[in-house]
Amino acid sequence: MTDDRSATGMISMAERNGTEAGVPRWQQEIRRAAETGIYKIRGGGAGRRSLFDDLLFLGASISRYPLEGYRESCGTAVTLGTRFASRPIELEIPITIAGMSFGALSGPAKEALGRGASAAGTSTTTGDGGMTPEERIHSSQLVYQLLPSRYGMNPDDLRKADAVEIVVGQGAKPGGGGMLLGQKISDRVAEMRTLPTGIDQRSACRHPDWTGPDDMEIKIMELREITGWEKPIFVKVGATRPYYDVALAVKAGADVVVIDGMEGGTAATQEVFIEHVGIPTLACIRPAVQALEDLGVHREIQLVVSGGVRNGADVAKILALGADAVSIGTAALIALGDNHPKWDSEYRNLGSSAGRYEDWHEGRDPAGITTQDPDLAARLDPIEGGRRVRNLLKVMTLEAQTIARACGHNQLHNLEPEDLCATSVEAAAMARVPLAGTDWIPGQDRS
Amino acid sequence: METIDLAAMGLRHLNRTLQSLDPGTNRRHWDVVNPRGSHAVAVGLSAPVEVTVRGSTGYYCAGMNQLATIRITGSVGPGVAENMMSGKVVVEGDASQSAGATGHGGLLVIKGNAASRCGISMKGIDIVVHGNVGHMSAFMAQAGTLVIAGDAGDALGDSIYEAQIFVRGSVRSLGADCIVKPVRPEHRALLAERLEQAGLDARPEDFRRYGSARKLYNFDVDNAGAY
Ligand SMILES: Cc1cc2nc3c(=O)[nH]c(=O)nc-3n(C[C@H](O)[C@H](O)[C@H](O)COP(=O)(O)O)c2cc1C
Repeated sequence: MTDDRSATGMISMAERNGTEAGVPRWQQEIRRAAETGIYKIRGGGAGRRSLFDDLLFLGASISRYPLEGYRESCGTAVTLGTRFASRPIELEIPITIAGMSFGALSGPAKEALGRGASAAGTSTTTGDGGMTPEERIHSSQLVYQLLPSRYGMNPDDLRKADAVEIVVGQGAKPGGGGMLLGQKISDRVAEMRTLPTGIDQRSACRHPDWTGPDDMEIKIMELREITGWEKPIFVKVGATRPYYDVALAVKAGADVVVIDGMEGGTAATQEVFIEHVGIPTLACIRPAVQALEDLGVHREIQLVVSGGVRNGADVAKILALGADAVSIGTAALIALGDNHPKWDSEYRNLGSSAGRYEDWHEGRDPAGITTQDPDLAARLDPIEGGRRVRNLLKVMTLEAQTIARACGHNQLHNLEPEDLCATSVEAAAMARVPLAGTDWIPGQDRS
Repeated sequence: METIDLAAMGLRHLNRTLQSLDPGTNRRHWDVVNPRGSHAVAVGLSAPVEVTVRGSTGYYCAGMNQLATIRITGSVGPGVAENMMSGKVVVEGDASQSAGATGHGGLLVIKGNAASRCGISMKGIDIVVHGNVGHMSAFMAQAGTLVIAGDAGDALGDSIYEAQIFVRGSVRSLGADCIVKPVRPEHRALLAERLEQAGLDARPEDFRRYGSARKLYNFDVDNAGAY
């Protein structure tokens, strides 16, 4: 079976679940809790095996006609925000950079993400903590997040943004707020968030000025009034009840719905939350698309899916199931150089190792990415980092195109569920595609 | 004085007109009539103009205000002056929940009562309420001053950071990490200034001060019951 996050260098199930030094992980955890009196907080995503590996594409055969790789074009462009916004976002590729805060990430890391996304013709996203001038300057398309904390929120930055993303939740912790531990609260981060330096900063789990979908509709209207109805409004939710959440976001007036599955990365969350709350990314796509179809707005309101996306195959699978774009967080950090083997000895000094380091909340990242320490942050060259992120985005796109052409499509968005089959009953049921070699889609009536 | 009839001209016209005024404009006085409970009235203003809304409004009136002085002669719905940056908003009547939520600056005066969550996550705004406030007011309040001339509901100042609260009447209960604090001369001076700015005839000596015990600033398992 494929290692869950080997492509992004993340830990494997074996490492997480049990075999380290021969001691079962649950016992290590009990001892750690007993010693420290605090639950485990970490960054990264759920350490589960990727369900996307249980999907396979059915390349063209006698009944389907493939396109010539490298020769025949395969479109990748997508426009986000065509419903109400007078200035939708035009992307050359359907892979965006997800919201990751300045605070969680260093200034150079944010700049590098902006540079990389811009060079690849796609957007990047601010995060909890506001917009930095560096990321605005270096991001040709910047999505500005409106989070419950409203750290750094202001109307000038709102108007400088190319789109606004209302964050209701995140896949790593649907229903949970955020936290940035005191170690990462430098003077600049503290100032942007209007809080004292060095204290743990909690980001609220609920928005302060609305409670339900009817209120959110009014909030969206207010944001449109402030920004002259120009900018697309995204609504981001953690995957739990995708059918209803998408329907409610549509009703509330979203231009774009972003669903983040439970594999989605985080900068700092309780492990119990990361591993046990929310549903897998694969499981949320079909219900989300179904909601859009039932409301007659599939493709008119775009669906962006994130959480555990590692490569072009994952991208192609998500698009085939009906999404309009995907978003990446962790993969972009790995591309920047996080968990790189060259820092192995330093990772080991922190009690971890290259490929397994997830203590992004601590602010001591040797790669200079998830830190506010100026010396560590200076290790990341934003120009070289930007080049690496661009390369990753380009490679993922090429991989997805390769698959699409093999399936006979001249546009990535023409990929469809019929191009897929599954190697496990679970994945077949969640993706609503047949088990490989059969015409059986679990849960669907065959009569 | 220029008048915009909201019922006749529509919200987009109103906001576009007021938002397009630049800081040096000499069209400084505006009257908005027939608001009829509309949402998002006079949001996103960024010039030092004076706007009087004659009647009551719905959600988010004066949201994200910068520099403008906005007076509402009636009552307002949830989130009045939400995320205000600067300027002044005066509500002659009552305010629904989340008044002044996340405000970064400026002054919000509510001459009637404010409902729950008044000043939630405030980040530097000053809020003066002539009447009472509801439960969970100043929840996670980060900076600024909340002055309450009447009574406060349950869980006042829960998880408060560096904001300061002054209450003249009773407080039904304090939220986690919020405590009574001594009133020193500098606090009394600050309060006197806010009272004057808000046109509230009250004596600073009659108020008690509340703020953060700063016990929840860094995670400690011995405080787990309070989280
Ligand atoms: C370091 C880091 C910081 C993040 N910060 C935010 C944030 O501020 N706001 C937000 O909505 N999501 C945040 N996320 C979640 C991402 O936006 C995205 O949903 C997630 O990373 C997608 O999953 P992936 O990491 O597997 O690609 C963060 C993720 C990481 C890894």
